[in-house]
Amino acid sequence: METVVEARGLTKEFNGFRAVDNISFDILRGEIVGLLGPNGAGKTTTLHMLLGLTTPTAGDIRILGRNLEKDREEILSRVNFSSSYVSLPYSLTVWENLSVFAGLYGVKRPGEKLKGLIKTFEIEDIKDSATRKLSSGQITRVSLAKSLLNDPEVLFLDEPTSSLDPDMADRTRKLLKDIKEKKGLSILYTSHNMKEMEEMCDRIIFLDRGKILAEGRPSEVMREFKGASLEEVFLKIARKEKTCFDGADG
Amino acid sequence: MNLPRIIACTTRYLYLYKRSLPRLMEVFYWPLLDLLVWGFVSTYLSGYKGTLPDFVSFFVGALILWDILFRCQQGISVSFLEDMWSRNLLNIFVSPLSPLEYVVSLLVISLVKLVLASSVMVAVAWLLYSFNIFTFGVLLVPLVANLIIMGWSVGIITTAIILRYGQETEVLAWGIAFLFQPVSAVFYPVSVLPPAIRAVARFVPSSHVFEGMRRIIRDGTLPVEELAWAFALNAAYICFAIIFFSWNFREVKKKGLLSKVGE
Repeated sequence: METVVEARGLTKEFNGFRAVDNISFDILRGEIVGLLGPNGAGKTTTLHMLLGLTTPTAGDIRILGRNLEKDREEILSRVNFSSSYVSLPYSLTVWENLSVFAGLYGVKRPGEKLKGLIKTFEIEDIKDSATRKLSSGQITRVSLAKSLLNDPEVLFLDEPTSSLDPDMADRTRKLLKDIKEKKGLSILYTSHNMKEMEEMCDRIIFLDRGKILAEGRPSEVMREFKGASLEEVFLKIARKEKTCFDGADG
Repeated sequence: MNLPRIIACTTRYLYLYKRSLPRLMEVFYWPLLDLLVWGFVSTYLSGYKGTLPDFVSFFVGALILWDILFRCQQGISVSFLEDMWSRNLLNIFVSPLSPLEYVVSLLVISLVKLVLASSVMVAVAWLLYSFNIFTFGVLLVPLVANLIIMGWSVGIITTAIILRYGQETEVLAWGIAFLFQPVSAVFYPVSVLPPAIRAVARFVPSSHVFEGMRRIIRDGTLPVEELAWAFALNAAYICFAIIFFSWNFREVKKKGLLSKVGE
């Protein structure tokens, strides 16, 4: 299967502190990869390096076969991003916000595209509302709609369902899986919801103190760390129970 | 009334000033600038023997032209702040938009704001004070162009500083243009300034623009030398501003600060 994201020897230092320490990984086309780890593990820094928001201290990033540093514009027009920590201009309506991003991504026939996404994310009733009047769950849905405007080949999602109610979160997960199946969308997913990670991810990358502690299918990682669930594995790692590291390849 | 609560609340404001040089500077900034500008205006007026030449044109014209510089600077900085306040910067910079394209869009919006603000000012000046700025004729074009370019330079540099040092420097967006007001000699000739400040004024494009404006009102002639100075300085400053922004943008990416702007 084609590799859509290649990270090699990725390192990021901030004033001598290594937030990400020489990590390498791939994401294949149509694969959902979960990036997880305790706070300060290096997830956000890794995500931001892959999006070109933070310059790596060392290492190479290739996305869709191109070098991120050299072909930033081409790559960013074929990927997208959504985060529950990032918002949209408050004074603009939902429709206006989505129109602006459709322009930024060069979406052809934006009106049609917007209507389709607005229907998919069930935000028809708020499409003319100012973003400042929306609940955090509604903003998350608009943000997810924005992230699919350009039919991305790779999607970077930072805790995409954290503000959604269980029903909408479940529907969003199904929608993302559906797009993945139909269009071969690849997703790099971060979440602190371990059940969600188990359900969504084909593979997970477990980061701790900037290094990859484990990588594989959720079931493989659980077996490796002798945990009944990803949540149990996460708690063991976060609380530094050294016994659980037996057999881990760190 | 609960004294400890009042003290706690006051302390909260004092903490803000303790660690923020821009906030601390702001305490002294406005009174000092007011004193400088109005002090020089007073010096000019008190030293003038006889009737002032075309008083309304000197002051109202100067005010309208000064606003051009101010609006252009603010049009850029405040539009950037809007993205920062709405936590939208990451969405923008993960899109294919390049930093240069972003800056150009800020320049365009600053022009739109300028046209709207200037239209109102020009109309009110004409209605209330019978002052028609268009009596400058085509000579107005190089004056305005220079003020726009200087406003852009200051705006781009301000935006780069806010991008780099975050929310605590956003006070610059509101006040940095006024730093240039005393040395721009907006309401008085450069000759009023003390020698040291006059030397600084020589390297401020707007001082040449306002000297030029006064020459046009007084003699009706094109102030070629002043305009040449203004254009040359502006060309250097706009190039510096773009280089400064690009360098800061790279530094911000190196330091991973893009996601922290606005916090």
